[in-house]
Amino acid sequence: MAASPNGHDYRVIGTRPVRHDGIEKVTGQAKYGADYNFPGMLYGKILRSPYAHAIIKSIKVDKAAALPGVKAVITANDLPALPDKMEQAGEMALNMSHLSANIMARDKVLYDGHAVAAVAATSPHIAEEALRLIEVDYEVLPPVMSVEEAMKPDAPILLPGLRNKEEGPDKPTNVATHLQFKRGDVNEGFKQADYVVEREFKTAMVHQGYIEPHNAVGIYNPDGHATIYCSTQGSFVVRSLSAAVLGMPEGNIKVVPAEIGGGFGGKTTIYLEPLSVLLSKKTGHPVKLTMSRAEVLRATGPTSGSTIRCKMGCSKDGKLLAAQIWMAYEAGAFPGSPVGAGAMTIVAPYNIPNLLIDAYDVVVNRPKTAAYRAPGASNAAMASETIIDELAEKCGIDPCDFRIMNGAREGTPQTAGPPYRRIGYIETVEAIKNSPHYKSKLEGPNRGRGVASGFWFNVGLQSSAIVNIHTDGTASVVIGSVDIGGTRAAQAMIAAEVLGLDVNDVRPLVTDTDSIGHTDVTGGSRTAFATGWAVYEAAQDVVRQLKERAAKLWEKKPEEVSFANGLFTAQGDGIKPMTIKELAGRLARTGGPISGRATVNARGVGPAFATTVIDVEVDPDTGKVQILRATVAQDVGKAIHPSYVEGQMQGGTAQGIGWALNEEYFYDERGILRNTGLLDYRMPTCLDLPMIETCIVEVPTPGHPLGIRGVGEVSIVPPPAAVANAIAHAVGVRMTELPMSPPRVLKALLSKRTRAEAQAAAAGS
Amino acid sequence: MHAINYESPNTVADAVKLLAAHGEQARPLCGGTDLIIQLRAGVRRPSYVVDVKNIQEMRRIEFSMQQGLRLGAAVPCIEIYENSDMRKYYPGLTEAAHLIGSLQIQSRASVGGNLCNGSPAADTTPALIALGAKCRVIGPGGERIVAVEDFCTAPGRTVLQPGELLVEFHIPAPARNSSDAYLRFIPRNEMDIAVVGVGAAVTLDPSDDRISAARIGLGAVGPTPIFAREAAQALVGKRISDETIERAAQLAIAATSPIDDMRGTAEFRRHVTGVLTRRVLAKAIERARAAQTSR
Amino acid sequence: MAKKVVVEANINGEPIEFLCEPRQSLLEVLRDVLELTGSKEGCLTGDCGACTVIVNGRPLCSCLMLGVEAQGKTIQTVEGLAAPDRLHVLQQKFLEHASLQCGICTPGFLMSAKALLDRNPKPTEAEIRYALAGNLCRCTGYDKIVRAVADAAQTLASGQQPAGHLGSGPSATEQTERFLQEQEVK
Ligand code: FES
Ligand code: FES
Repeated sequence: MAASPNGHDYRVIGTRPVRHDGIEKVTGQAKYGADYNFPGMLYGKILRSPYAHAIIKSIKVDKAAALPGVKAVITANDLPALPDKMEQAGEMALNMSHLSANIMARDKVLYDGHAVAAVAATSPHIAEEALRLIEVDYEVLPPVMSVEEAMKPDAPILLPGLRNKEEGPDKPTNVATHLQFKRGDVNEGFKQADYVVEREFKTAMVHQGYIEPHNAVGIYNPDGHATIYCSTQGSFVVRSLSAAVLGMPEGNIKVVPAEIGGGFGGKTTIYLEPLSVLLSKKTGHPVKLTMSRAEVLRATGPTSGSTIRCKMGCSKDGKLLAAQIWMAYEAGAFPGSPVGAGAMTIVAPYNIPNLLIDAYDVVVNRPKTAAYRAPGASNAAMASETIIDELAEKCGIDPCDFRIMNGAREGTPQTAGPPYRRIGYIETVEAIKNSPHYKSKLEGPNRGRGVASGFWFNVGLQSSAIVNIHTDGTASVVIGSVDIGGTRAAQAMIAAEVLGLDVNDVRPLVTDTDSIGHTDVTGGSRTAFATGWAVYEAAQDVVRQLKERAAKLWEKKPEEVSFANGLFTAQGDGIKPMTIKELAGRLARTGGPISGRATVNARGVGPAFATTVIDVEVDPDTGKVQILRATVAQDVGKAIHPSYVEGQMQGGTAQGIGWALNEEYFYDERGILRNTGLLDYRMPTCLDLPMIETCIVEVPTPGHPLGIRGVGEVSIVPPPAAVANAIAHAVGVRMTELPMSPPRVLKALLSKRTRAEAQAAAAGS
Repeated sequence: MHAINYESPNTVADAVKLLAAHGEQARPLCGGTDLIIQLRAGVRRPSYVVDVKNIQEMRRIEFSMQQGLRLGAAVPCIEIYENSDMRKYYPGLTEAAHLIGSLQIQSRASVGGNLCNGSPAADTTPALIALGAKCRVIGPGGERIVAVEDFCTAPGRTVLQPGELLVEFHIPAPARNSSDAYLRFIPRNEMDIAVVGVGAAVTLDPSDDRISAARIGLGAVGPTPIFAREAAQALVGKRISDETIERAAQLAIAATSPIDDMRGTAEFRRHVTGVLTRRVLAKAIERARAAQTSR
Repeated sequence: MAKKVVVEANINGEPIEFLCEPRQSLLEVLRDVLELTGSKEGCLTGDCGACTVIVNGRPLCSCLMLGVEAQGKTIQTVEGLAAPDRLHVLQQKFLEHASLQCGICTPGFLMSAKALLDRNPKPTEAEIRYALAGNLCRCTGYDKIVRAVADAAQTLASGQQPAGHLGSGPSATEQTERFLQEQEVK
């Protein structure tokens, strides 16, 4: 029995059963989006812009349409024009014309790879050949690739309709939003400080890098209904956004979520889905669209590159006094970078009395960014956590102790919003401080150790769940949250825990949008937290109903029946406790089948913190950085299935290391993406990483019945800064630009050597 | 991908006939690890693909101390490093074959294909240049021999004329006190294309620890793989020392004409050429010394 | 347009005849013609390993082989890994160690790992990492995958200690050097 920190003893929660959907996934039977085939199915392909910024003067499709085997060609003219203003789509407020124009460019292409037309044909090869026959006449415009260029007063304008509050209704701009967060008086704070460090950081645009490219099969019925099979993090989002883009009633679309081969935030919006429906409508056949890897990199939603100027000050004895931050994030072609989240996370682990943050969301000729695991937070932490490390160094305080001294606790004010409730930040730092890794000695030349922390909000949002009891006493859990990394097992475990069943007697099932109530995306680390909450409540609903049935059999009042450890009991002569299995066999005679149901709009979400320590070795001749050892400590509230919790921590750490070392979008001067494949978009391989050690910290979220905190995101936040800090301690150079690729590190090393030589020469003369 | 025709001849003569008949419209297919990607990307659009893997003559590895090595152009990398003669007598070429791509790629990719693809960054090419390898090319007009360093003419281009086929490599038997080595720099530890690759072969004069012969090949630092003649020449007749090696490294850098791209800056490539030249020479020398005792 | 070609091959122990266009890759043939969708497409450039199958005993990227080249070959895919009544030990260990999150990379890893254990039943951690370096996983950070393969090897060796220590991996150059040394020893 696993003891929990909030005093519960759990029977199932905290154990490590084999996941229910495992067999299908190790035998190749599991169906991912691209694995769906239907009779008569056609294959679609998308023509994409070869320019970063251009006006579309004309598109001629007749030659393509005439190619034998081609059944339809569409352009943006086949989609309804939507108003250029914020609108409600399901739960989200979005600018629908931007969404539509991102899926298919209307009169302007805004990034290399922007979709301009689509073809459906009898084979993918024919569809591809047809693309070569579409003639597009472009008027090429100068590309705007960085926030600095985009913010210049005379910068070319991407979106003629874009305005911001400060510049007013008459001034076209590339700055979509300016946010400001303020506390105390930073000038006063810096005045008191003994040490002040200020640096400018740049981080490159990076991609989530899920191994499965986007896909969608659309089937349009002549009665106006459509079904979409696709790999998505949110089937309900696909439904509402596709409906909006197609101008269809939402209820006329059913989305069947396929298994999903990774998303990390990148599959929370739509690209192919409405086009598959439109092509199906035009041809009368099911149409499958899949992206190539190059399309994924060029034209889905990576996360923002950024420029961050960060200044922080502390007293001699290490008390943080002030922080002033200027940050601008690339939104991509349309507004909506995670700069707000970046601003609210950048100093979230600390109690800083004086704070001023200015944050800018800036459009550039790059793909529209989408969410990526704790969106905006890793960029931000690269800046703040480097400065924290330097301040600790200046004070001569151990970096863990410095963080513990200044760390956020219950009651510490958040950057925006109410003070923290119970959180586990300090515990993660202590876990690292006490880890075998941190206590070990790191020896040898050019080696260094770095520590960094990270924060992520997590989200709650809406979920629905149904728990059915079968006549043999087993149960099924039906949910709408797609399983991206083992969450089916977690849901089954929660139900099994409540119902007193063996975990293998509970079958979890992820179903389509017609079969379950609204459920928001698998994202924001909300699936175990919010859907888990709904499953918990639905299982409780089952227990309540079962109590009624037992009461009926025993001729008692339902309140007189109690349920514990899988047994229903009541006081009275001749009453023998009954298991669910026994009771289930008698449902037909006591009133019929039982389904429990629950919906939640989960509030009181508990934020997550992580602290990571990384050891590196730097090759002083080439600037190449090897990761020698990594340990991550994360507050998870309560680990339902510890193996999958560790998996999230390890996976996020690995992605953070990739972001730190080699991943980047590499555009040429014309704004064309040069590294459109996994050869040159360099994600870590098996040989680039050590084993990743984990310390699970459990500080329960107050208010959640199981104390769960989201676990999916925060582990990606610390690694870039941890690696930068490790490099600084290994070879004495502070890296301020991501990725810290060999050419950059070598350059820093060589200029340090040149400086040192110059100083020595000056000293000698 | 556009529509293609596939042919799989069993003899060089048949292959050459097919290639000659279709001229620019034909392309030999070996491991396919470059060609299939190029077909898919539309970079090359031949209507005939001539699979040369079933030609036995192109699949053999024959070695003797008298004749040296005949290495079929279609031998996959995995068969190279599984061959004990290759490992023993040509460790540099063997390690180059072992570094290309992943195991999955090594099951298919061949040294001949690596060269014919014409990439300046091909891993096996600097190793072949270091060994003084010659290419046996057969075409409709007969046979000719081309030195590996003269084979590539520009990125993606080689001396092969329409109808010509690279059949095999001839590599001299290693001299008594010689060995070779290959090193490349990549940002990750696997799966990358060389940002810089350096191959070296040295022969030592055991009586006084001098270098009696040397060759150095460079990859990814110019439009084609480079034979760094002056750098190698600077070693010949010299006693092994840090200064000797440093001079060769500087001359190797001087032989480069790298570009800035997503894999590295020109400045970085020049610097790393020096670093790898030093390291690879040290390694080749160490092996050559060991060869004195082991062979 | 080029005619379709009849190809005979042995797939997962069954002699099979199929029709394909010369431009179709083995991966397309497996997935679209033979409906063996266990082999996945992640990149089509040989960089992710999701399409790994074993052909004549060697792991390769089925996206970089034409279907017509399969003539006369013996091919194993993930669908052929388990016996009718039980999983292959690698599959079992992947499940026990939670080595898959999204699972899209899993078939490729299983095939690469099988090819490894077929030729080297007692791999060190370094050898495991080297053998799996052509397979990308974006979810797990590889930790649990490497452990599962090591555990499978140990189980196969029935009760013997797995070779190698589970620490950090060596560089590819070190790996190559070790490889050459090991070969010289043999
Ligand atoms: S799909 Fe074949 S290696 Fe990626
Ligand atoms: S488990 Fe998702 S890519 Fe490996």
